[in-house]
Amino acid sequence: MADVSLNGRVHTITALVHDRPGVLARVAGLFSRRGFNISSLAVGHSETAGLSRMTFVVEGGDWVVEQVTKQLYKLIDVVRVTNISSESSVVREMALLKVKSNKDNRAEIMQIVDIFRAGIVDVGKDTVIVEVTGDEGKIDALIKLLQPFGVRETMRTGRIAMTRGGVATGTKQAAAAAAQSAPDTEVVP
Amino acid sequence: MRLNGAQMVCESLVREGTDIMFGLPGGAILPLYQTLPEYPQLRHILVRHEQNAGHAADGYARASGKVGVAVATSGPGATNLVTPLATAMMDSVPMVAITGQVPRAAIGRDAFQETDTTGITLPITKHNYLVMDTADIPRIMSEAFHIARTGRPGPVLIDLPRDVLTESADFDYPDHVDLPSYKPTMEGHGQMIKRAAQLIAESQRPLLMVGHGAIISGAFAEVREMAEKAQIPVITTLLGIGSFSGEHILSMGMPGMHGQAYNNWAIDRADLIIGVGMRFDDRVTGRLSAFAPQAKVIHIDIDPAEVGKNVRVTVPIVGDAKRVLHALAKQVEQVSRPEWIAELDALRAEHPLSSGQGNGLRPQHVVRELSSVTDGRAIVVTGVGQHQMWAAQHYVFKEPGSWITSGGLGTMGFEVPAAMGAAFAQPNRQVWSIAGDGGFQMTMSELATIVEHNVPVKFAILNNNNLGLVRQLQDLFYGGSRVASGYTGNPDFVKIAEAYGIWATHVTDEPQVRAAIEEAAAVDGPAIIDFHVEPEENVYPHVPAGESVFEMIESPAGREALSWLT
Repeated sequence: MADVSLNGRVHTITALVHDRPGVLARVAGLFSRRGFNISSLAVGHSETAGLSRMTFVVEGGDWVVEQVTKQLYKLIDVVRVTNISSESSVVREMALLKVKSNKDNRAEIMQIVDIFRAGIVDVGKDTVIVEVTGDEGKIDALIKLLQPFGVRETMRTGRIAMTRGGVATGTKQAAAAAAQSAPDTEVVP
Repeated sequence: MRLNGAQMVCESLVREGTDIMFGLPGGAILPLYQTLPEYPQLRHILVRHEQNAGHAADGYARASGKVGVAVATSGPGATNLVTPLATAMMDSVPMVAITGQVPRAAIGRDAFQETDTTGITLPITKHNYLVMDTADIPRIMSEAFHIARTGRPGPVLIDLPRDVLTESADFDYPDHVDLPSYKPTMEGHGQMIKRAAQLIAESQRPLLMVGHGAIISGAFAEVREMAEKAQIPVITTLLGIGSFSGEHILSMGMPGMHGQAYNNWAIDRADLIIGVGMRFDDRVTGRLSAFAPQAKVIHIDIDPAEVGKNVRVTVPIVGDAKRVLHALAKQVEQVSRPEWIAELDALRAEHPLSSGQGNGLRPQHVVRELSSVTDGRAIVVTGVGQHQMWAAQHYVFKEPGSWITSGGLGTMGFEVPAAMGAAFAQPNRQVWSIAGDGGFQMTMSELATIVEHNVPVKFAILNNNNLGLVRQLQDLFYGGSRVASGYTGNPDFVKIAEAYGIWATHVTDEPQVRAAIEEAAAVDGPAIIDFHVEPEENVYPHVPAGESVFEMIESPAGREALSWLT
């Protein structure tokens, strides 16, 4: 009997949770207690009052993702969990970057920012704040190009994701496979 | 109805069917205690340490099938509940713990006896609540009991700031609990049950491995029907002992690290394992890559997260053990398996269970005599260590659900308060606590509570003046370097008993064992027998942690073969 596999790739998981005190601690605690590697976490209100939606980026094989999903479901405050890695989805992250700048290089920075369809949201005597939205790769690329000017501060939101098309992310239909059939399919790689 | 918070808690407890709770008061929880006289139907047992309140509630829950209730104050009262909560969490025991908290305005200011109780207990409870509004108490109490007793049971903690207990609000108890995000799956998937029946039909060498889930769901008749109809031998995990009569011809005993050696060889040969309400714990499987190499696995469990967690599963069935087995047994063909049974009989003969080396008083002999005198019908409670393994190996349980032990967490000291709780739950049954001298000394302060209520718990201390299993590990795997495992200053337990006014006796020789057990059983009230067992006796077999059945040590001679390990 083979051991269960631990290694693998990066997965995006969303969870619809009750917006109650301590829910973030419960979820974060679960990840650390079970030794799951979480590389990004974003939380915000959902379309339903009283419910929040969390997006996690988790590293690991199928076993890890399956365990993350099942363990999340065991938390009383968790309503629905969806692995959207395999579905067609829109993935975004936002970042604010404070870049050293003076009147001599401001135009050059603006040019780079334009190429990335980012914007400058604050201009100071020695710095500008750049706002950029995109996937992690795009943001990484912009930071790399701005590095020579001096990036003094970066603030990133972590990944948020949404499935394309008519079905809402993490709804019953979207989660049907995960929630209903998961226990009834061959579950381990 | 307008009530204050403390009254609301009591009203809720009454509505949830609570008739007894174990606790110890303090400042923050005092408003609840001062309300108890208004509710004479709620019996409160004052313990000597909050840890024991938790274990007593646990023992009560396991012996009664009801939700056990423990009460403690804020700060140290709550932190003393950590071990029993973790114990109950690992062993899926329905419990509600009620703790006091500093007043709301003082929370977060490091007030006297303040601690982040919900934060601390977050990973060791099924769910927990910090109540910030008195009006929420009825809903939270009903949710807590619902969560504790349904699905895979577990402990739920409710933390109540003192001023939430004293404030008043309208009391309206919900007649049902609606938690949209909590709906345990009870019925197994029809398609999966069909596939499982097929696998059983195709199997030549199947084994049932039955765990605690079968006991919790009360699947005794179903396990038996399944085993008899399809002629499948039954292995019971440590916590599954008692789910199937030890007298039954198909009963195999326990698997794993200290299970009967022949079971580990049987698992090695099996072509199908049917796990029922168990979780393929590392003590059962040993090294996963070498576990049941020829077997397909049907895994029946109410907790989806257990299915596929440790072993590769061929047919997963999420649901209640009783209902799933009932459905599965209907689809299984009546067969006989004379060859497989004969093969297992041969294994049994080849790998008999060690009954001790015969030097001095053998602990195995004590357990066998206890089993015989009580006709296998006592409730047996143990702590953790050698005595626990000998009890699991040698007591032949004839009644379902009579075995109470800390399996998952392995909590020493469990044997005293849990036995007390079990005796409160089953006043008409004999309760024997098979204790170790180490564990007994961790919680023997509860003898005072036992005397106060004349709880008829009988203690059989298998006293080897050692942390026996630690000593055994040191001898087997650390070249005999016995560091911090010998107890040279043990008290005279008979004198301890006398100080409490408890009947007690010493036993040093095997011929005295039976008479002492009979005498203790006849005492009207608690009794203690201090069995001075052979300190060098080891538990066999012993599968080294993380190893496979092939590294199993079956006897002292087997140690030599394993010299490479030390």
